[in-house]
Amino acid sequence: MPELKEGCVKPTRGPILPALPPLPAGAISPTQEVTKMLARVGKEAIDFEATAFIEGVGFQPVKLSDYKGKWIVLCFYPGDFTFV
Amino acid sequence: MYDEFKALDVVVLSMSTDSRFVHKMWQEHELSKMLQGGVPFPMLSDGGGKIGAIYGVYDEAAGVDIRGRFIIDPDFVIRAMEVLAPEVGRNPKELLRQVKAFQHVRATGEVTPSGWEPGQVTLKPGPALVGRVWEVWKP
Repeated sequence: MPELKEGCVKPTRGPILPALPPLPAGAISPTQEVTKMLARVGKEAIDFEATAFIEGVGFQPVKLSDYKGKWIVLCFYPGDFTFV
Repeated sequence: MYDEFKALDVVVLSMSTDSRFVHKMWQEHELSKMLQGGVPFPMLSDGGGKIGAIYGVYDEAAGVDIRGRFIIDPDFVIRAMEVLAPEVGRNPKELLRQVKAFQHVRATGEVTPSGWEPGQVTLKPGPALVGRVWEVWKP
């Protein structure tokens, strides 16, 4: 993937969810806000795109599915410059 | 430790709600002093916690992703998850053990009993094993 053209704010796609089925006519569209946990052991991982810092490379968008076919360990943590 | 994951062909990705700019500064100002060359894996940014939310690790009150860890297999299926409150750090040795166990299971179809380490006895599930685990596995 090409290196990002750098700006202060760069939107990323975030979670990449399967398209919702079309709504019946007249139905109220659900909000796009995603807050529900969808990840399940034994189920397919939810794809996403996020910007990353990679040592020796710089800033780059990374999609989880870029690594399909490999074992992946994904680690969340509360914050840079903290204590644990 | 990272070399051991690399040897198993494991991709490591870290993710927090910090921006990529903060990741870069953390690498330069602190991580590179803890670890020669700094951390070698991509440090991902989850601004707003949208990704953390669908992985069940986003703490809305604090506005951060807590310590969640997921093992994803080559078919893109989640094989394991572990979520810790922020105060306690992870055990990378246990993570390595789990990756080895999942890789072994995937390659052989065998299953690994509690606390299994590579080289130890595994179990072959089937009718013949029912009620006879005690004969082959003595913890």
